Amino acid sequence: MKGKLILEDGSVFTGDLLNEYKATGEVVFNTGMTGYQEILTDPSYCSQIVTLTFPLIGNYGVADKFMQSRESFVNGFIIGELCDEGSNWQKENELAKFLNDQKIPCLYNVDTRAVTRTIRSQGCMKGIIVSEDASQEEIDKLMAVPIKLDVVAEVTTPETYVMDNDGPHVVVMDFGIKQNILNSLHNLGCKLTVVPADTKADEIMAMNPDGIFLSNGPGDPKDVPEVIEEVKKLIGKKPMFGICLGHQLISLALGANTYKLKFGHRGSNQPVKNLLNGRVHISSQNHGYAVEEASLKELPLEITHINVNDGTVEGMRHTSLPLFSVQYHPEASPGPDDNMYLFDQFWTLLTGETKGE
Amino acid sequence: MPKKENLKKVIVIGSGPIIIGQAAEFDYAGSQACRALKEEGLEVVLVNSNPATIMTDKHMADRVYIEPLTVEFMEHIISKEKPDGLLATLGGQAGLNLAVQLSEQGILEKYNVELLGTSLKAIEQAEDRELFKETMNKLGEPIPESTIVEDVESAVQFANEIGYPLIVRPAYTMGGTGGGIADNEEELVDIVIKGLKYSMIGQVLIERSVAGWKEIEYEVMRDGNDNCITICNMENFDPVGVHTGDSIVVAPSQTLTDHEYQMLRSASIRIIRELGIEGGCNAQYALDPNSNQYYVIEVNPRVSRSSALASKATGYPIAKVSAKIAIGYSLDEITNAVTQKTKACFEPALDYCVVKFPRWPFDKFVYADKTLGTQMKATGEVMSIDRNFEGAILKAVRSLEIGVHRLHMEDMDAWDDEKVIKALSKCNDERLFVIAEAMRRGIVDVDGIHSITKIDKWFLRKIKKITDLELRIQNEQITPSLMLAAKDVGLADRSIAELAGKTTDEIRTLRKTMNILPCYKMVDTCAAEFEAATPYYYSTFHAQEDEVDTSSKRRKVLVLGSGPIRIGQGVEFDYCSVHSVWALRQMGIEAIIVNNNPETVSTDFDISDRLYFEPLTSEDVLNIIDKEKPEGVIVQFGGQTAINLAEDLSKAGVKIFGTSVNDIDRAEDRERFDEVLTQTGIPRPQGISVTNLEDAIKGAAEIGYPVMVRPSYVLGGRAMEIVYNEEELIDYMGRAVKVTPEHPVLVDRYMQGTEVEVDAISDGVDVIIPGIMEHIERAGVHSGDSIAVYPPQTLPQKVKYTIVDYTKRLAVGLHVKGLMNIQYVVANDEVFVIEVNPRSSRTVPFLSKVTDVQMVDIATQIAMGSTIKELGFKPGLVSPKHYVAVKAPVFSFNKMADVDISLGPEMKSTGEVMGIDYHYNRALYKAMTGAGMNIPVNGTILFTVANKDKDEMKQLAKAFSELGFKLVATAGSAKAIKSMGIDVEVVGKMHERSVDIIQQIKKGRIHMVINTMTQNQGKSVVHDGFKIRRATVEHAIPCLTSLDTAWEVLNVLEFMRERRLVYSLAIQDYVGGGYDLA
Repeated sequence: MKGKLILEDGSVFTGDLLNEYKATGEVVFNTGMTGYQEILTDPSYCSQIVTLTFPLIGNYGVADKFMQSRESFVNGFIIGELCDEGSNWQKENELAKFLNDQKIPCLYNVDTRAVTRTIRSQGCMKGIIVSEDASQEEIDKLMAVPIKLDVVAEVTTPETYVMDNDGPHVVVMDFGIKQNILNSLHNLGCKLTVVPADTKADEIMAMNPDGIFLSNGPGDPKDVPEVIEEVKKLIGKKPMFGICLGHQLISLALGANTYKLKFGHRGSNQPVKNLLNGRVHISSQNHGYAVEEASLKELPLEITHINVNDGTVEGMRHTSLPLFSVQYHPEASPGPDDNMYLFDQFWTLLTGETKGE
Repeated sequence: MPKKENLKKVIVIGSGPIIIGQAAEFDYAGSQACRALKEEGLEVVLVNSNPATIMTDKHMADRVYIEPLTVEFMEHIISKEKPDGLLATLGGQAGLNLAVQLSEQGILEKYNVELLGTSLKAIEQAEDRELFKETMNKLGEPIPESTIVEDVESAVQFANEIGYPLIVRPAYTMGGTGGGIADNEEELVDIVIKGLKYSMIGQVLIERSVAGWKEIEYEVMRDGNDNCITICNMENFDPVGVHTGDSIVVAPSQTLTDHEYQMLRSASIRIIRELGIEGGCNAQYALDPNSNQYYVIEVNPRVSRSSALASKATGYPIAKVSAKIAIGYSLDEITNAVTQKTKACFEPALDYCVVKFPRWPFDKFVYADKTLGTQMKATGEVMSIDRNFEGAILKAVRSLEIGVHRLHMEDMDAWDDEKVIKALSKCNDERLFVIAEAMRRGIVDVDGIHSITKIDKWFLRKIKKITDLELRIQNEQITPSLMLAAKDVGLADRSIAELAGKTTDEIRTLRKTMNILPCYKMVDTCAAEFEAATPYYYSTFHAQEDEVDTSSKRRKVLVLGSGPIRIGQGVEFDYCSVHSVWALRQMGIEAIIVNNNPETVSTDFDISDRLYFEPLTSEDVLNIIDKEKPEGVIVQFGGQTAINLAEDLSKAGVKIFGTSVNDIDRAEDRERFDEVLTQTGIPRPQGISVTNLEDAIKGAAEIGYPVMVRPSYVLGGRAMEIVYNEEELIDYMGRAVKVTPEHPVLVDRYMQGTEVEVDAISDGVDVIIPGIMEHIERAGVHSGDSIAVYPPQTLPQKVKYTIVDYTKRLAVGLHVKGLMNIQYVVANDEVFVIEVNPRSSRTVPFLSKVTDVQMVDIATQIAMGSTIKELGFKPGLVSPKHYVAVKAPVFSFNKMADVDISLGPEMKSTGEVMGIDYHYNRALYKAMTGAGMNIPVNGTILFTVANKDKDEMKQLAKAFSELGFKLVATAGSAKAIKSMGIDVEVVGKMHERSVDIIQQIKKGRIHMVINTMTQNQGKSVVHDGFKIRRATVEHAIPCLTSLDTAWEVLNVLEFMRERRLVYSLAIQDYVGGGYDLA
């Protein structure tokens, strides 16, 4: 069945509908050429309609091992060609079946470059996926559905759970964590206690952690003021590392400001410069908000990383406390693993030992 | 300013002549590097022996040396120029090897020249087999396990350690004789026993076989700050086993998970880091299709063919960035030229699919072994871009110009199913078409083809999608949805027409009424994330938005490029296209170029105002014309490729600038050309056209032997031959051609005279002749394979006058507006015209460079309506210069087993070099040396010549003998030599089973061979000659198959005794200062 993506500004992009599910969400694009399953299951995309710029999707099917969370939280999927029969030894299923199973509205055979160009010039905006013959009434109704704000609550773990290990104990505040962050921390040797986003600071401290990790997650960091309050209480107590939303929450907790980027950074090719050693690494990114550089000026925070393309803040550390955070995704999945050194850096904060190279 | 402040002057090494495996990509890389260095305010000195390139234009570098790429010449140039740094990583393997030699011989140290970019140590670590193994082991990067054994037991023991399958390769045999793949112990023992026998030193190399695995490549860059990025990865359609240069390649990879993609990306970065490369590097992997296991196959520590492809596939200028890194910049300090906003330190994101397809020379080398393996055989390649694989592969096929426009070869229609199935297991140039044929017939399914070919099913299903659609078109009404589906899988209007039994025009019109039109998309390195400034586009039917802005009010003109590099149409034509674009831009006209060759300068995104990376077929070009609505099209610079499109474009109402389509036809159609000659009163060698054997015999007798015979149509390249008697004529008519009334054979008088070539520029009234070139080899050797000399050394004034006069008359008679090329033969001071090409020719770059007449520039202005008088040029022959330039052909015979190296009317060379000097003999020496001919100063020369040449050979033998050479000869030739009272040793021919010539060559006892072709002296004689000639190729000794060349070698040898050979001057020293056009 034919369908279309309609943007808030009236732009219409046609394609074929995979299923009958309708969608409303903020339309964003990702420029990565591989990793569609990791993108689909990254909870940070919760409630968004994700457009992939690479036009050939589904080529290698899907497999459980690439899941980044328990399910996909995206509200819609806009792609070019949807491969009907993937080819890879690890394939367990076809992408189309996965999308249907996960009830993800998918519009394919779309000129996703055209979608991207629109978003690039107009900024991210709301959009809907409907069938070609949808009535104006239906369109208006879908367009009127508000963008969800309580996304962290939706994606965070409902229960506290432990990933046991011999090493230092890290409490992970799960705002929608990607599986590979957990794996990366666990591979370091850390014992992990993963707690829901609404866990109180004193509860966390009662777990007697050696360090605290603040995860990635969806949405505007300012939409979770209650979490910021708890983070405030935790800062300085234990070594702390934050990624993506975690990084933004730390900055807000310390009094800095965040703002929405025009169309965000989503892809596997974003260059990040480490200001401490002048080196540039390619990073995997997925964020629509950023920490405002000017707001860090008076604070005990030092910018450690910037984006080479637009100069935005990509990483910071506290000038006296064992605390640092990055905006991008060192755990990769999808994307390059150039930045795994950041986990080693956290290990050093936790143990005083040097790991890796 | 360069970051390395000590640098003021840098010397850049080019890659020399075009050979198989080293083509135009290095002109592209070198040109980019020169421009990148110049924009930093550096003084650039360029050395390259190849005159057909843009990079050897005098404005590309401050000092351009068109000199042989040898240590001796390099040292002379370095001692004169005293550069601070040397950049060699952009000159291919040739450039790299030369840099290594210069360093090893202490020359860089002696003159205090810094090797820029990648260090010598890194080069050695990547290139030396043992060092490479050591480095990879240290890094923990797996390479296929291998060992060298001298007995069967050790082989079995090794196999027990690592398992099967294994590749066995005997050491030191030619062409891999005696090797094979063993799947079990029984096979291993068998192959090893044989291999040990074949090996001259009783050794075989045993290596884990990864044949059938996925072959994946990464292009990686690293700067001096240790920042590393990958530009692009590529997946070979053909699994491991076929040289990547002979593989169909897609970018980016299509069947790799993110995990696999990143695993190999990270390995690439670890490798480039460990090697400490500064600049670009290419890493190739074999990836197990059934696990995460991989092996590193090869690392190239330099800019390569794949980097050129990656640059064009992504828009990222690897060569330019490499040059900047070499002078000290880090990646984050270099601006991304495409976006002008972001930095060069990022990884391109593609939002399309790229296909590269090799162009093989099997149409010219019909007897060559077409099997594809580890030795690259392609002379060039095409690239195509679309939003899907189907569209891209069909565009690539259309771009090849091999008479195919979809995955269908007409010949295969006649094959029975069994033959098709059998052919599936042959890995050769036709495999893709065989696969499609098998699918079309439904005789083998995807799984079956996969198990035979090991090609990934993802690719096979795509091909199936295409053939399925073909069937639908054959069986269904063409509705708009079917038409859209057909265009979606990339079928050309012509293919749809063929399948539907309609004409191409009908389909085109129908398609347009259905409003099914292509969209044009931009290649911008960033998948539209940022606004880009590159005017680099491709078409797709798989889209809804067109993003080309054609609203400019400026005049605009389309220039057609020349497609893939092949024998007969090389980089020269790209040179001409680029200059035409520059000339138009100087005139304030928007220049739009259409081309599909990723190796070239013309497809660099900042050459033209807009670049369309598209097939050069009438449909694809007309679509662009519909879109752009240019004033007209220039076809005369894109070789035969562009000329062939002129008629269709003109019929569609497109204006052709320059010589009209009618006049092009008058020059190309034999009968109409005869009329032109009659009108202008110019003689040509007597000839007739015959449609049966009797007429041929009668005609040839009237004309008188020898005669030149050729089919009026081309039959797989077996074209022209010279026959000396009726017997040979009958043989030719039976063997080489199928003569029918529809396909006549042309019989022309063969004039054993001097061939002369002229390039001229005309406005239809006046004519400029920049120079006359005289060929060393007598008529009968293809002009592209002859050594050409400017200005002529032996022509009498009267002859030159006649040539100038005829040239003017032909130019005016054919109403030439722009460039033309004429070939003459001069016999007994009489001038005859052989051929006129109303377009630019192979010699235009050479002649432009040595005469300093900007031929393409002037011709473009004339094509656009200007006149020679208006432009202020003096008509007539430009006064010859006081120096001499010699253009010598370069062959790639060592890459093509089974190809006869003897020169004849069929062109065989792949490239050319130039020697320039004030002394003719030194210019000749430079050309021969540059072409890689190791002229022996003393030693033994073998003579084995045809009966017809024996008289002439006697004199030659005498002269060589007087220079102190020892002579050996086969019986007949020896007899002739002895009759001159000269000492000569007789060697037996091979079939005579006496002292074997081949053995003598192998043992290094013969230093040069003079051999002329014998025909009709019995098969064994012909076969002997072939084997001798091949042996010279394999042992790298000069083999002269024309006595004319031999005389010139003698000339050089005499000169060598008296004067110094190594003396170099920059082209600016010869022709005067440069000017800035680029």
